[in-house]
Amino acid sequence: MSIWQYANPARFMRTTEGVLPWLVGGAVICCVTGLVWGFLTPDDFRQGSTVKIVFLHVPAAMMAINIWVMMLVASLIWIIRRHHVSALAAKAAAPIGAVMTVIALATGAIWGQPMWGSWWEWDPRLTSFLILFLFYVGYIALWSAVEDPDSAADLTGVLCLVGSVFALLSRYAVLFCNQGLHQGASLSVQSGERMSHVYRYPLYLAMLGFFLMFLALVLIRTRTEIRRRRLAALQAREMRA
Amino acid sequence: MIDLGRYAIPVLSAYAVSLVLIGGLVWHTVAANARARRALEEHGRDG
Repeated sequence: MSIWQYANPARFMRTTEGVLPWLVGGAVICCVTGLVWGFLTPDDFRQGSTVKIVFLHVPAAMMAINIWVMMLVASLIWIIRRHHVSALAAKAAAPIGAVMTVIALATGAIWGQPMWGSWWEWDPRLTSFLILFLFYVGYIALWSAVEDPDSAADLTGVLCLVGSVFALLSRYAVLFCNQGLHQGASLSVQSGERMSHVYRYPLYLAMLGFFLMFLALVLIRTRTEIRRRRLAALQAREMRA
Repeated sequence: MIDLGRYAIPVLSAYAVSLVLIGGLVWHTVAANARARRALEEHGRDG
């Protein structure tokens, strides 16, 4: 058994068909439980009820960065081994990452207004996140702009490599720049406990829910891309006949 | 009913914006998949 057998589109379609219902069920259960549990947590003594925004903001921001990393790995597999499914998976993940970035930016702005007195600051983490969003938009636009799918996969793969700098920067901007309004990591293994377990457990559940939701959505979208490519191949064959 | 105090509008709007965006993403994903499946079935080649 090798992971490369899933590079076969037919095998990928067969395998994911069985996995998807479990992923969708897990994502719904974890997201609903995590968010409802988070919404019912008590107010923070400093931030009041705005602390409830953390259950959306942190999972969305985590996914925004990690989806780009997933796209980077898939793009590298395409560039090195030329497996079409990996290129299509990267393409399928981009709109999900863009939406996660918008959620992180929007909830951050809504949270920042009452806490910082400002919707937006040119803070290192906020700015690098905005640039990450622009990279997502550029990546999606580039896929649409290039007609030949293999050339599009090559070009977007290179763009993904460049954008990875900003994905990493948005994660570590606070440490690199040591300035700005945005706080450090809410959850950190090295720094010990920073967040009360009252908030930590529902946050873990919401993060797991967002991760499972991403897996379910990216599999469905990759299946869609495989079907579209198959349809395009059939139509091209009909045109030639 | 949960009392969100003076931050009710920011909290509720953050949840509303996020749920609308996630709902839109899910709807778009499912609709595009159904369209692609239908188009391929018309060619008799899904699976």
